[in-house]
Amino acid sequence: MDTTVEKKYTFKDFSSDQEVRWCPGCDDYVILRAMQKALPEMGVKKEDVVFISGIGCSSRFPYYMDTYGMHSIHGRAPAIATGTKLANPDLSVWVITGDGDSMAIGGNHFIHALRRNVDLNIILFNNEIYGLTKGQFSPTSVVGQKTKSSPYGNTQPPFSAGELAIGAQARFFARIGGNTPKEMTQLFIEAEKFKGTSLIEVMQNCPIFNDGCYDEFTDKAVRADKQLFVEHGKPMVFGKERDKGLVLKGLKLEVVTIGENGVTEDDILVHDAKEPDPTLHQMLVRMYYPKVTGIIRSFDDVTLEERKNDQIGAVKANSKFSVTDDLFFSGDTYEVE
Amino acid sequence: MATTKTNHQQETLEAVIIRFVGDSGDGMQLTGTQFSDTSAMFGNDIATFPNYPAEIRAPQGSLYGVSGFQVHIGSVEISTPGDEVDLLVAMNPAGLKTNLHAVKPGHTIIVDTDAFTKKNLEKAQYESNPLEDGSLENYQVIEVTMTSLTKETLKDVEGLDNKSITRSKNMFALGMVYWMYDRSTDHTIDFFKKKFSSKPHLIEANTKVLNTGYYFAETLELIPNSYTVAPAKMASGTYRIIMGNTATAWGFLAASEKCGLDLFLGSYPITPASDILHELAKHQHFGVKTFQAEDEIAGITSAIGASFAGSLALTTTSGPGLALKGEALGLAMMIEMPLVVVNVQRGGPSTGLPTKTEQSDLLQTLYGRNGESPIIVIAASTPSNCFDFAYEASKLTLEYMTPVVLLTDGYIANGSAPWKIKSVKDMPEINNNIIQVAKENWHPYDRDEKTLARSWALPGTPGLEHRVGGLEKDRVSGNVSYVPDNHEYMVNIRAEKIKRAQNSIPELVPEFADEGDLLVIGWGGTYGSLYSSIKHLREEGIKTIGFAHFNYINPLPKNTVEVLKRFKKIVVCELNSGQFAKVLKLNFNDFDILQFNKIQGLPFGNEELVQKFKQLLK
Ligand SMILES: Cc1ncc(C[n+]2csc(CCOP(=O)(O)OP(=O)(O)O)c2C)c(N)n1
Ligand code: SF4
Ligand SMILES: [Mg+2]
Repeated sequence: MDTTVEKKYTFKDFSSDQEVRWCPGCDDYVILRAMQKALPEMGVKKEDVVFISGIGCSSRFPYYMDTYGMHSIHGRAPAIATGTKLANPDLSVWVITGDGDSMAIGGNHFIHALRRNVDLNIILFNNEIYGLTKGQFSPTSVVGQKTKSSPYGNTQPPFSAGELAIGAQARFFARIGGNTPKEMTQLFIEAEKFKGTSLIEVMQNCPIFNDGCYDEFTDKAVRADKQLFVEHGKPMVFGKERDKGLVLKGLKLEVVTIGENGVTEDDILVHDAKEPDPTLHQMLVRMYYPKVTGIIRSFDDVTLEERKNDQIGAVKANSKFSVTDDLFFSGDTYEVE
Repeated sequence: MATTKTNHQQETLEAVIIRFVGDSGDGMQLTGTQFSDTSAMFGNDIATFPNYPAEIRAPQGSLYGVSGFQVHIGSVEISTPGDEVDLLVAMNPAGLKTNLHAVKPGHTIIVDTDAFTKKNLEKAQYESNPLEDGSLENYQVIEVTMTSLTKETLKDVEGLDNKSITRSKNMFALGMVYWMYDRSTDHTIDFFKKKFSSKPHLIEANTKVLNTGYYFAETLELIPNSYTVAPAKMASGTYRIIMGNTATAWGFLAASEKCGLDLFLGSYPITPASDILHELAKHQHFGVKTFQAEDEIAGITSAIGASFAGSLALTTTSGPGLALKGEALGLAMMIEMPLVVVNVQRGGPSTGLPTKTEQSDLLQTLYGRNGESPIIVIAASTPSNCFDFAYEASKLTLEYMTPVVLLTDGYIANGSAPWKIKSVKDMPEINNNIIQVAKENWHPYDRDEKTLARSWALPGTPGLEHRVGGLEKDRVSGNVSYVPDNHEYMVNIRAEKIKRAQNSIPELVPEFADEGDLLVIGWGGTYGSLYSSIKHLREEGIKTIGFAHFNYINPLPKNTVEVLKRFKKIVVCELNSGQFAKVLKLNFNDFDILQFNKIQGLPFGNEELVQKFKQLLK
């Protein structure tokens, strides 16, 4: 298929005529707008873009995009998208999912999609709550969280999405705050460029059922000090004054201050997102403070559809069967007069 | 070095049923397949059925480790693998013990006496040796020291270890049976040449043992005569022996070639459906994409995703898997997407009897989804027509934009029979609803006036971007709608669409009699058993019995009620507690519908059917 795009799109080309129905102030609006802005920059044709979602507030997303889309059933979007991409590898296939959709009911499909490395882009709207069903705890809710189904506090320890994903062989994992649209747009573009399953976790605020759950990292006033936005090849420096950084002490990451105790910028770890060994990526994902955002892992590997298509090509080249007649009339046949 | 037969007393038979049994490692499947292929090539009509142990490596010599293969050959039409056998070949005591009940009294049993050791007798839970205690006196027992004779035959062949030597004793048995039924050993020798092309000593060894068995039978005085079964009258053409599951897989290959859409199979392994996955996985040269998913839900949903992208998509499973697929099947129905689901039924409920046959998923298939969610349901009825109904399922799903469930069962899926090979060029056209250009004011749920199928716009097509989903849609725009009247309208139109499929399916044509005293009704895999028992009654002179077998379950053939009206009594025979009878009662409440049911994991036997029909005709 011809991938050059003559038409220049704007975000309007990707906005459907459907009225958006999320609650006012919901971060889902930010994600929608970031996506509509990112798509014209990706160099893909509008007709080749497919959004497939499960069920949840977040999963209403495809209705608002003027592309091909499917609002499917709870948890199954990664499996549906896998079929779509295998059937037509020329498409740009996006999965829209929530924390419950991907890690509770759809946990199995989620980990297997990551393991297989199909060229999908998964946007995980992690609000640490079940939004659509009006506020039960989710697999990412923290212990003690009071929700409708845990009035005395949640007793189930949470998953960390990134840790789970990298454990499941994710080649691309990025994390971003729900209130930083510019960086988010950029990550969507990077995810599309990456060949393989890309997972982007958005720390999405649900102002109705879990308001402020990420404030300690995402609030404008503290963001620079509490978030480390990593970039491949650059030292892992953060802070309002850009004076904080990460170093490796023994088997642990440690925050140090440049200029104190003889620490210089040269001592700070340089981020290598492309390293196949996920050990350091896992450590970055697990850090509580600073919360690491940006592309944490981006390791190039063969995709499932490449493997499959290569195999089909090789089998075709060596096969004596080109049409079904060749097969049906081969081997032990016999004539009845 | 082919065998030649000297003059001998010979008796001609119309049909013969033979069962080969032994330990899992004794090669009984191969022995049976060789005998049935040879007979088919000789011109007999045949039907076969394997019987494997459920355990993969059951302990040697144990009762539950017995593997068997039954062959029914005839100069007349053969429609089932048959019930009681004329000849049992038992390679060990466990095989004899578990299969003796199936031998017709007075008929022949061949045993390998070398296997009747104290240890094997104990494993088979025999208190005394049946070959010595008189318990087999009602049978003609032919005792052969098969293992020693095989060893003796091969003592001069170089390069054989002990294991390969004892393993070839099944060929000794096959050689004997070839002689008894006047069959040539040629086909099997050709088979050795192909199979062991890089191991000439194995060709030599197996051929030697086969021929020795053949001549041993000839010189053995214990076998008074040999038999012959003449070629059957079959339509002329090119044939092959095909297993039901293979025929199913090939039907989809044919449909994919005809309609020009790539075939996609999303599946999760489950007995007895896995062989369809195995077969299609072999045929990537046709562009087939098979995807072994993480579970049944991913099997069907990946197929839905592939269908969305424009493949001819299917998923294959058995009962428990269908239960898992229910929600996704509802989605496919709701978004009106083509999708074929094959359910190779097995004994239920729950894990049930995985290796046994049953027809107990009918109601699950028809009604096992939330909401009003009718779909097309069809059923294959013989190993070879699995091909036709897989093709038909593909045609209906593409023409009506609805999921279609194809029901088969363990009995026809594992059974094999001659198939007059069909070429894609002789198969009916398959239309689809794909649109490439947006007409003014196009909407994704615009329907074909005749079939009510919606139009199918594939991702990648400019100007037709649209969203589908499980929420109810507006009848015109296809956008989400909660309007009460609209919902009712959509529920009705989806049901009406399924009903319209009646226009594409053949009318019901009863066999044997158009009207009369008794109409026997069946559906799916029981065709062969029902057909042969009614034929049996006709041969006894009973002419007032008719037979209506259903391959189309939803919708039912248009003329069903007219057929029912023409008979005084109606009996529905099925391998469940009366599921199709319920469906008929629901649809046609003016009739007194009787039932004959069997729920033992086994097919109907001829005798029980004949008895039942006679009783109903009284
Ligand atoms: C099979 C099934 N079970 C349960 C539900 C109910 N349900 C809908 S969305 C949802 C949870 C959604 O949470 P999440 O995935 O975090 O999405 P959010 O609404 O927070 O964006 C549940 C339990 C359903 N639709 N389908
Ligand atoms: S419930 Fe929460 S997540 Fe859902 S739309 Fe409202 S604010 Fe957003
Ligand atoms: Mg959520």
